[in-house]
Amino acid sequence: MGKYLRKKLIIYIITFIIAVTINFAIPRMMPGDPIQSLLSRFSGMEGGREILEEQLTLLFNLDQPIWEQYLNFWKSVFTFDFGISIIQFPTPVFDIIKRAVVYDLAVLFPAIILSWIVGNKLGAYSGTDKKVDNASMPFFYFLASSPYFWMAGIVVFFFGVVIGWFPISGAYGSTTSPAFTWNFIADFLHHWFLPFFTMFLVQLGGWAIGMRNMIMYEKSSNYSKYMETLGASKKLIRNYGFRNGVLPQVTGLALRIGRIVGGAITVQVVFNYPGLGRMMLDAVQNQDYFLMQGVFLTIVTMVLAANFLVDIVYMFIDPRVRLSFTEEV
Amino acid sequence: MAKDFWAKHENLYYALTNKKVIFGLTIVAIVFLLAAFGPLIAQYEYDEYAGQGYLPPSSDHFFGTTIDGKDVFTRTVHGLRSTLLVGAVAGTIATLIGCIIGFVAGYYGGTIFDELLMMLTNIFVVMPQLALLIVIAAFLEVRGTFVMAVIVASTAWPWTARAVRSQTLSLKNQEYVSLSRISSISVSRILREDIASNMFSYVFMVFIQQFNGTMLATVQLEFLGLGPTKGISLGLVMQNAVNWNGIQLGMWWWAIIPGLILTILITALYFVNTGLDAAFNPRLREM
Repeated sequence: MGKYLRKKLIIYIITFIIAVTINFAIPRMMPGDPIQSLLSRFSGMEGGREILEEQLTLLFNLDQPIWEQYLNFWKSVFTFDFGISIIQFPTPVFDIIKRAVVYDLAVLFPAIILSWIVGNKLGAYSGTDKKVDNASMPFFYFLASSPYFWMAGIVVFFFGVVIGWFPISGAYGSTTSPAFTWNFIADFLHHWFLPFFTMFLVQLGGWAIGMRNMIMYEKSSNYSKYMETLGASKKLIRNYGFRNGVLPQVTGLALRIGRIVGGAITVQVVFNYPGLGRMMLDAVQNQDYFLMQGVFLTIVTMVLAANFLVDIVYMFIDPRVRLSFTEEV
Repeated sequence: MAKDFWAKHENLYYALTNKKVIFGLTIVAIVFLLAAFGPLIAQYEYDEYAGQGYLPPSSDHFFGTTIDGKDVFTRTVHGLRSTLLVGAVAGTIATLIGCIIGFVAGYYGGTIFDELLMMLTNIFVVMPQLALLIVIAAFLEVRGTFVMAVIVASTAWPWTARAVRSQTLSLKNQEYVSLSRISSISVSRILREDIASNMFSYVFMVFIQQFNGTMLATVQLEFLGLGPTKGISLGLVMQNAVNWNGIQLGMWWWAIIPGLILTILITALYFVNTGLDAAFNPRLREM
């Protein structure tokens, strides 16, 4: 394996270890006693106390020395045993996550890819055309400055309330249930559009600004000026600049995925969309620590996987990295 | 006299005559004044029943009222104060941490020390910020302004460290730095006088960007109900609006105006930054 990928993998593995350790340490370090408050909440539920106590011995193992607790925690991570949810008692946390993660991927994946492509194209245009630049840049800055949840509020207000084209809550209507029928798919897409559009809009601004700056920079370089003196068309110069400018944008994608996922959490709250973010907030508000820990680890794992994916893509489009891959420098 | 001053502070001159900087700074000043003096001109307490609910903006209630009859203007300006304060403190802390790590890693570039610092930075770069903040904030039962700022700053510094490091790397082989080094001047003094002082304008722009980022992170946390436990904040105003179905009821003044002010502020700061970039960067200046 190339040096490039090896180095990245080491970082991701360490990050994952740290994330698990944070997950392990935070409930034990924080003031207050979350376990006592959990137990007291469960004492009213039939059979709840026994099940919970079993859970607690499994996950917290408070009677054992700390390193043994830590090892057991790792064991539960590798067996996907995150305990049992309190809000949706007695569903295992892993089942809830499995159900929720579909909605995250359905919204995030297309939104990230499309906004990246469209934003880069638009940015390249405003980078080469002064008039377009002056007209569009304030708009892009505005998009990039919006908090995700606020943009969600605006989108809901205009498309859901004023025009009324789209439903504004949930992932599908109350009359349909998940199944592979046209009816359900249409309903799902109808509900899916606004959360997707919100995520798309906010990211669009950032990509456009980034590409515009890259093109401006490339335009001042010698090869662009030389092409200009040769009478090359604006389009040709832009295309060459674009190819150079796209590399930092791919790196930027890796850097931003974490923030985008964070934004998605708040957007799901506005749309009441049953993805991981909504689950995490429900868990926090109801002090469902098992669910919260499970969702946190899932989000970290997803972000790391996405980063790794971007690294591999980068390897294919940047000849310099490809070289280091084959020559093993 | 005046001419001497401007000749000495050429950068400042170009910065303050740049149209984008002037435009941006004006808006920033207005928003800051609103946060500073808004609570003084507001006629109500932010948590007090101020009149009939569900009122659109009017001369009595500049931003209308909430569903339970609280004055949105009062809540917004109080919230703005809190959010700006947390954002500013967090931005300052994050810039400081990022600069210190960036300077040191850059100065010792290529050594194992640099590798370790960069590894730490890269780990924090890929860590999903908001998810981590939620986990931390959820277990803290009492969160004051400073605690909030520290929480937000703890995940905001990495990109600054990377950017400052690469700037330092390009500066440290300059002749005047080498001269300082062979004159056996201490490392901290070289970093301070030779490197940091030459990057002042750059660090200032980094700070603006950090401020933008920390405000966004803060308002998101507040919106999730994980902001300061006491008082009101911008995110909290909008959280209430969403929880009470303010958007569905068409109460745009409640759900949208508070965020609009913040978005305008951040957009204006972006303008200041692009203007400063053009002013500090002689290559872009003549345009």
